[in-house]
Amino acid sequence: MNLISLTTFDLALASVLILLLALLSFRMQLGISRTLLIAALRTTAQLALIGLVLKYLFDNVNLLYISIICIIMLLVAGYEVMSRQQRRFLGGWGYGVGTLSMFISSFSITLIALHVIIGNDPWYQPQYAIPLLGMMLGNTMNGIALGLDRLSNGAWQQKSIIEARLMLGHSWHQAIAQLRHESMRVGMIPMINAMAAAGIVSLPGMMTGQILAGAPPMEAVKYQILIMFLVTAGTGFGTLAAVWLGAKRLFDDRERLRLDRLSSKE
Amino acid sequence: MAFLKIQDLQSNGIGPINLELNKGECLCLSGPSGAGKSLLLRAIADMDLNQGEVTLEDKPRITFSPSQWRQYIGLLTAESQWWHEQVGDHFPKPDLETLQALGFGPDVLQWKIARCSTGERQRLALARLLANQPQILLLDEPTASLDPESVTRVEKLISQLRQQQQISVLWVSHDPEQIKRVSDRQLIIQAGKLQVAA
Repeated sequence: MNLISLTTFDLALASVLILLLALLSFRMQLGISRTLLIAALRTTAQLALIGLVLKYLFDNVNLLYISIICIIMLLVAGYEVMSRQQRRFLGGWGYGVGTLSMFISSFSITLIALHVIIGNDPWYQPQYAIPLLGMMLGNTMNGIALGLDRLSNGAWQQKSIIEARLMLGHSWHQAIAQLRHESMRVGMIPMINAMAAAGIVSLPGMMTGQILAGAPPMEAVKYQILIMFLVTAGTGFGTLAAVWLGAKRLFDDRERLRLDRLSSKE
Repeated sequence: MAFLKIQDLQSNGIGPINLELNKGECLCLSGPSGAGKSLLLRAIADMDLNQGEVTLEDKPRITFSPSQWRQYIGLLTAESQWWHEQVGDHFPKPDLETLQALGFGPDVLQWKIARCSTGERQRLALARLLANQPQILLLDEPTASLDPESVTRVEKLISQLRQQQQISVLWVSHDPEQIKRVSDRQLIIQAGKLQVAA
């Protein structure tokens, strides 16, 4: 492998581009220069931090430390899902639905991939476990956030129709079926698009990274296909679980539509 | 023995409401808008959180499954809702006789919902509800958007159902003439409380 190491100076050069963009948007009064700079700083700080953490983890392979990192990743992803909802479930459900669904799908699929497909020794080798879980969580998070957002907004907008179906004696399953399909579709579209466009429109990020790092293209391709499949399955199962749980929570035991369980629009 | 019995029903600020409805009886309910007429019907159909006791032939509402209860107690809202494109898709087992009684031929099943007038939708919604063979009808201004001919059709159909199948009806109406024509009894709801009409 021939990896060209980047110096701080190289990164500083790249950051000049961001500074130029910020300056331009300031002059044009686009009002995003502040947000842009803060985001750039966050990226730098967060990535530098995780770099240090990963370095430590790689040097000291310890299941407990790895688990702690994984749990933190999950909790932050859960928070992201919640904060992207315009109407979220009140109480513990607002955080719980997304986080639980992500936990079920991302963790189990990462475990399967590590044990069965990659077959490392020990299976929790952080070099594989953490990036894998990270990619799972990152994509599943998007799917679940989109799916839940459509579900709760849709329930609000289609209240009259859902209730009309209940009044005709339909079960809550039937009353929300159309909306549930829709939410599922919305959650899955980004992954399906990504798979369809992969390699033609763009080289996926992970594969690009491996190739830049000097891996043979065919190896990078195999890993990318593996990741695509895992991530899509994870997003699918996660969105399915979240939309199912969310839909169930919208009704009570007497099958009444309970929009009072959602917060008002943010 | 009352067929439908409502005791201390409270929901969304209305009530407590006590009401009895006999088999085949038609009870008209009127009152200013915002008084809680629609809320009362929704509470009986168990669509909103509510307290109190509702029984059908002495069987408490809780012993019915929600969908079973809502099929027995057919609630027709003032504004009808449709979710498929075609009329026929809303009728799994179309009853052509009922449709005919409401002024529709069999071709109505091929009609597009988007092209139906408000009045046509209102009558179709009644036909759709009757397909469940409810034992009690809760009608929220069922003839508000209908022409006089259709009003007569609806009133005639309901009175037939009362005579032939002993269906009980709770009818929200603002039209004093209609109330005289269809009801055995009249109640007025004011600020969430029931009063006997003077």
